[in-house]
Amino acid sequence: MKYSDISNRRVDQRLKRRQRAERRYRLYGQVAITLALLFLLMFFASIITRAVPAFYYHRVNLTLELSPKVFAGRQGEPLPRKITERQAKSLMEDAIALELGALAQRERLRRALIAPLAALELKQLLEKEAEVRHRLGDRLLLPFVLNSAGENCIRNACANSAEVDDFGLSEGQRQALSILHKRGLITRHFNLVFFTHSDSRSSESAGILGALLGSFWALLIAFLLAFPLGLFTAIHLQEFAPRNRLTYLIEVAIYNLAAVPSIVFGLLGLAIFLNWWHLPRSAPLVGGMVLALMTLPTIVVASRNALAAVAGGIRSAGLALGASRVQVVFHHVLPSAMPGILTGTIIGMAQALGETAPLLMIGMVAFIAQAPLSPLEPATALPVQIFIWADHPDPAFSSRSAAAILVMLVFLIVMNSLAVILRRSFERSG
Amino acid sequence: MKTQQNKKEQIAPKVVARGVNVYYGEKQALFQVKLEVPHRRVTSLIGPSGCGKSTFLRCINRMNDVIAGCRVEGSITIDGLDVSSLDAVALRARIGMVFQKPNPFPKSIYENVAYGVRIHGLADTKDEMDAIVRRSLARAGLAREVSERLNDPAYSLSGGQQQRLCIARAIALQPELILMDEPCSSLDPIATARIENLIAELSRNYTILIVTHSMQQAARVSHRTVFFHLGRVIESGETTQVFTNPKRKQTERYITGRIG
Amino acid sequence: MAFVTSVFVFSALAGLVVYLHTFARSRSFLRIDSYSFPNASMLVGFGAALLVAVTLLGIPSLLSPLASSVVRSPLVVVALCALVGACAVFIFVRYAPRNFPAHKMVEISARAILFLSSTVAVATTIAIVVSLLFETLRFLEDVPLFDFLFGLHWSPQTALFEDEVGSSGAFGAVPVILGTLLITFIAIAVAVPIGLFAAIYLSEFAKSSTRSIVKPLLEILSGIPTVVYGFFAALVLAPTIRVFGEAIGLQVASESALAAGLVMGVMLIPFISSLSDDALKAVPRDLRDASLALGATQGETIAKVVLPAAFPGVLAGVLLAFSRAIGETMIVVMAAGLAAKLTFNPLAAPTTITVQIVTLLVGDQEFDSSKTLSAFALGMLLFCITLIINASALFATRRYGARYE
Repeated sequence: MKYSDISNRRVDQRLKRRQRAERRYRLYGQVAITLALLFLLMFFASIITRAVPAFYYHRVNLTLELSPKVFAGRQGEPLPRKITERQAKSLMEDAIALELGALAQRERLRRALIAPLAALELKQLLEKEAEVRHRLGDRLLLPFVLNSAGENCIRNACANSAEVDDFGLSEGQRQALSILHKRGLITRHFNLVFFTHSDSRSSESAGILGALLGSFWALLIAFLLAFPLGLFTAIHLQEFAPRNRLTYLIEVAIYNLAAVPSIVFGLLGLAIFLNWWHLPRSAPLVGGMVLALMTLPTIVVASRNALAAVAGGIRSAGLALGASRVQVVFHHVLPSAMPGILTGTIIGMAQALGETAPLLMIGMVAFIAQAPLSPLEPATALPVQIFIWADHPDPAFSSRSAAAILVMLVFLIVMNSLAVILRRSFERSG
Repeated sequence: MKTQQNKKEQIAPKVVARGVNVYYGEKQALFQVKLEVPHRRVTSLIGPSGCGKSTFLRCINRMNDVIAGCRVEGSITIDGLDVSSLDAVALRARIGMVFQKPNPFPKSIYENVAYGVRIHGLADTKDEMDAIVRRSLARAGLAREVSERLNDPAYSLSGGQQQRLCIARAIALQPELILMDEPCSSLDPIATARIENLIAELSRNYTILIVTHSMQQAARVSHRTVFFHLGRVIESGETTQVFTNPKRKQTERYITGRIG
Repeated sequence: MAFVTSVFVFSALAGLVVYLHTFARSRSFLRIDSYSFPNASMLVGFGAALLVAVTLLGIPSLLSPLASSVVRSPLVVVALCALVGACAVFIFVRYAPRNFPAHKMVEISARAILFLSSTVAVATTIAIVVSLLFETLRFLEDVPLFDFLFGLHWSPQTALFEDEVGSSGAFGAVPVILGTLLITFIAIAVAVPIGLFAAIYLSEFAKSSTRSIVKPLLEILSGIPTVVYGFFAALVLAPTIRVFGEAIGLQVASESALAAGLVMGVMLIPFISSLSDDALKAVPRDLRDASLALGATQGETIAKVVLPAAFPGVLAGVLLAFSRAIGETMIVVMAAGLAAKLTFNPLAAPTTITVQIVTLLVGDQEFDSSKTLSAFALGMLLFCITLIINASALFATRRYGARYE
């Protein structure tokens, strides 16, 4: 029986073909992974490129003359204490005219370029500073926030050639803006408003503060409810539960809850918490309660695994010393299992942070311009805000939606890395 | 007759290993292993557990390739051909292997035996395949027990039957060499005895290399015995000589049960 | 009212005292390792912090005008009292003197609280079923079950005037179900091959260094909230598909099933790949070794031995992915259509069960109209479908999964 025997020759003949098949097999796997990673890349690239514009905005810096004409006073008189918005507006219009030469349409130009809020801000600024130093006839260099049409025009380098662009800017208005831009009067600033304001009708003053607070309250409630409930459930099932029908029922219920679509939890919240218990609609309290029920299975499963991983010797040792079973669990088993339990809880909370659908059901999807100061006030949540803005036809809002996504992803990354660090440090010490 | 066989074995041993070192990551498992396996004889590898017998066995059909971090140095030749120069798939088609625990596939008895034949394309027709399956089962001494239920799942067999099925599966490919890695360690004494008889029978047609932790088994089934200790070959020779008149002190201490 | 406030104030003070006491006793309050871990003091500290938090939440809530509705809801008060009670019991367990005669009682009440907590899961399940069932039955008083399940027309928007045509709306769920299935099938068609091949490659072929990089990257996909996927589908992918489609002369809806399905598929990739990975890992090494030793290539081993052995697990994973895709809401709300049409065209904009539930229930609603109730009927349908699929996934693993162990 030498190597050259018939069967071996046949094996060798087939070998080339089989090796090709093998390479093909490998290739499929590589293609699959490349596709998935490519998507991930595309995903982040597109969201980041969309989000970046939301993080800055432009101001036009205009020289404002506190002209006596506007205030019906004389040169050198102190500024009046009360200023009307009308007066602030005409000051701004004068400033535009000063920069661009006498323009017939300066009011329309102001409306087209400068944010509606700017007049109010100017009024407040001047009133605040009235007693300090300004007198009629002074000249001040002040920044004004561009409105979305002007902002959009600057971002596109005023390059639109249409008669009237998508935001209603005429050719002349665009030219005016372009002149201001060339003279270096338009400057770019970090959009702090995005973090300090809540939702708004106008994109320049829309921020995520309210949504963040709403999410915070909802998560706080969810944590306060789900953590003790989940932990106690896990302890009961893992340490005390007798093997009977009821225990089996509890286990099945938890397994089932983990797989119930999130929107069904929303229906539950709507039917029970709102319509039956008459809890306030749109409140983070209810959102938190729904999220707590959703994260319950995650926390229970993680806690059970952590408890199961604690060496049985600890229990016997505790019992042998005369401690009761409850004492053994709370004095010895639970402390060792705590890192695992906390890891699971953090992961559960991270899931809850991104959950949107059930919050829609309980009315946390509304235009709410006020940041909620307690969990009973109407609020949105971060993911819901993303949803609301993504639907908005104005690209400035969808850009803010992408920016809010980035903020949410940052929170998720922080939470998940916290979980990973906790798990690692536990693995090292234990 | 006997002298003739000895001569043949001296002229062309089936497997020759020279200077084989094996590393698992940083840890070295085999040190300069040098040994020869004669044609159509049963050679057993004995030694305390963890001494590298199985590792060496897995070097011959390059099953160590699939273990991450495992590195093999030195040369192992089969009929003069270096195993590292051959394609691992073609090499393994020529070498049968039987494992510690019976590991039939979760398929029918028939499909288990036919598996290797099918992937290597050694049977063109259904009849050919049937013949190969029946012949292999017969050689493995399983034909009578299973001929009526070839389509039953392999898991319906007893442990000993499963192990013989695994042997049938290996010999269906007409291997030149059969490697057995403690084939009886998970079997009861009766099943073990049947496998040992089978080995004796198979040695007429096949070269068999068997790893065993049982010295009695080595003494019963093998013509030659190699003693491994801490990753080195301490002694190799005719089984009777190794067991009755060991040349090395360590071998003697192992055989008499003082190291284990 | 006064009672509740006093409970809050009292518990806050008690919590604060205990918390400070605990903290003073062990400086290593936050150090978590099993040796220096102060026995139960962390738990006590946590309970105390909880009390403080409840109070901080509670007092402004009580002062705010909205609170009246909450306080009127006795269940909330009961729940808060139970929470406070639970904390009190555990603090008591910790600080009770060793020879405290009522020791036994504490033990029993602690266990009772543990048990009661664990019944919340069951109560939630029952609450889901009851609330859905209740509203569904009310819905079925208006619309016969047969019409709902087999009707071919879905337009729940009731007309403003009683005498207008179709003022009662049409509630045939078939187009909605078909739309759901269409999107789900697209998603599964994307997720299963990619997820499965990725899992096979990573667990059988890839070097461990590749694996350690690629696996976490794939896991990122599973951590992304669905609303973010929805954003991507609606604002990035759908317009792209539309542009491409029109470039080659196809009529593409701006909210195409294709965009929603593709993105949903990507969302399911890590789900499928991690479940398949588990199933592949569960196949014993012995079987791979046996196949390789017979001269099978790795690919042949996987295709002919490992995959068949792992099949129940992989199947369970696919089923779970299927049920998740059916119940997925945000992606389709943002990227699929609103109008129910009977179509299999992936470039059209079919609607889904979840989209209908959201559109019917977001905004103003009266709880007597069939329109609102139909959302609950759809919810019931969704719940039943996912329950059946999940149960069969469980069955697949239970029945066939343990064969090789």
